[in-house]
Amino acid sequence: MTSDIAAILAIDGIATGAVYALVAIGTVLIFTVTRVIFIPFGDIAAFTALTLAALDAKRFPGTGALVVILACIATLIEIISLLRNGELRLLPRALFFYLALPLAVVGLAWLTMRAEPPLAIRLVLALMLITPIAPLLDRIVFRPIADGTVLLLLTVSVALHFALVGLGLLFFGPEGVRTEPLTSLSTEFAGVLISGQTMLIVIAALVFSGLLYLFFDFTLVGKSLRATAVNRTGSRLMGIRPARAGTIAYLLGSLMAGVSGILIAPVNTVFYDSGFLIGLKAFVGAIVGGMTSYPGAAIGAVGVGILESFASFESSALKDVIVFSLLIPILIWRSLASLHSEEEIEE
Amino acid sequence: MSEMFSMTDVTVCYDNVEAVRNVSLSVEEGQIVTVIGPNGAGKTTLLMAAIGLLASRGRLVFQGNDIGRMSVEDRVERRLCLVPEKRELFSDMSVADNLLLGSYSLRDRSGIQKTLDEVYDRFPRLKERQRQAAGTLSGGERQMLALGRALMAKPKLLMLDEPSLGLAPLIVREIFRTIASLRDLGVSILLVEQNARAALETADYGYVLETGEIVQSGPAKDLIHDKRLITAYLGGH
Repeated sequence: MTSDIAAILAIDGIATGAVYALVAIGTVLIFTVTRVIFIPFGDIAAFTALTLAALDAKRFPGTGALVVILACIATLIEIISLLRNGELRLLPRALFFYLALPLAVVGLAWLTMRAEPPLAIRLVLALMLITPIAPLLDRIVFRPIADGTVLLLLTVSVALHFALVGLGLLFFGPEGVRTEPLTSLSTEFAGVLISGQTMLIVIAALVFSGLLYLFFDFTLVGKSLRATAVNRTGSRLMGIRPARAGTIAYLLGSLMAGVSGILIAPVNTVFYDSGFLIGLKAFVGAIVGGMTSYPGAAIGAVGVGILESFASFESSALKDVIVFSLLIPILIWRSLASLHSEEEIEE
Repeated sequence: MSEMFSMTDVTVCYDNVEAVRNVSLSVEEGQIVTVIGPNGAGKTTLLMAAIGLLASRGRLVFQGNDIGRMSVEDRVERRLCLVPEKRELFSDMSVADNLLLGSYSLRDRSGIQKTLDEVYDRFPRLKERQRQAAGTLSGGERQMLALGRALMAKPKLLMLDEPSLGLAPLIVREIFRTIASLRDLGVSILLVEQNARAALETADYGYVLETGEIVQSGPAKDLIHDKRLITAYLGGH
């Protein structure tokens, strides 16, 4: 391998890793706030790509119907829960958040689409349509078992992924899509050609990670999410509602997954079931960061991207084997290196 | 004085075991009420039920409203606050962020800075360490932070679970001085303590909890001279 090829592979790996980093950060965010390892994040990324492709083709995406169905189920479950707890006073609020708001988003997307909007608006529409899915799934699937063990939540999360793959086939069909590049610019750096799309991916990953950092460090809501992640009982005693913190975490995580879906769609052909590998590789990155550190997850995900890039050059057929084999030494190192704090032991 | 908080015939069970049985107590506005008793008597369980972290049977009334079916967060929004035995601080976050999160439940956010300044005036040590992570504080400082964080919520009733636990005698005196001074601010306090003497010296009224039941109650100044209590809890002979 020459240094030129190594440089090209490294840049390619960084770009792929940046996409994984966005999903990995979302995975860590959800896990720390809700204890759910949200396997379907990759599916959310893939669905965003499919949604954007449908919008590009001037078709209303299946995401709209999916959101409407999930909103109806979530509303029904919420009403039953309110009736059981004698909290009917909260009904208008529940109807607004679980029914009116998602339906309004779908309605707005449908109306806007008829005007054949430009690419920038289509990107916003794709993100708008995708973001309600994870919070609605949280209400339907995870909220009733929120106090369950991490293992139970993980098992349900895996099952949910398979359900979503089925729904993906139903709503988006079996065809793969590749959207138009967001930019046709390119530049040369140290003798290596870097495409605008690659730069955009890295810049987007940096910008969204930076925004997330600002959100966590400088807003009360961001701090309340961190507090829920650090100490659930302590945060409840401050009046922070874990369910609301979870919803915000799912919304933010979906946004990150959605952005990664938009970024990867012009580079890779995305199918209804492409999300699993994206999610799983992001998960490997998140594990490198110990599932709790955002910078750790981002660095881990970029590392996975670079490893995958070099592995696919050496042996395309074995690239996934090589990436996932990375998990074994990392898990051994993590289990040997992890120190359990006093509070963790108490819990 | 009007009644701030009352428990009537409250029973709390862990599985099928009754940890607290038919307990009734009340706290008047601006009063410090203490619950003393041996380890395992159910004191912490009582406070956990009062804040809603544990389910209970019986009646819980706060400022005239039945709060028995309310969530923890709804109770906190009504300014019923608990400083738990484990403190439950956000150890990875700074002292300043811990204090700021104490005010999370307040809808009117205009006076937050003033309240924060008041907490720093009360605990200058916290101001010195405002950028330090809560997990790196000493035991006494952690207790100050837990108290300061609760004060950020402008509580009407502050429930304190073993505030002196694990602290050096000098710090314990400082903590109890602070608790006494909170009464002057109009904060009602329900204090659960194993350090019976310090608790009764600070409180207006006391209850004695043994094996989940109230076995004795009365003005704190009377209880502190009670022969049985002196023998059992106050270190006398």
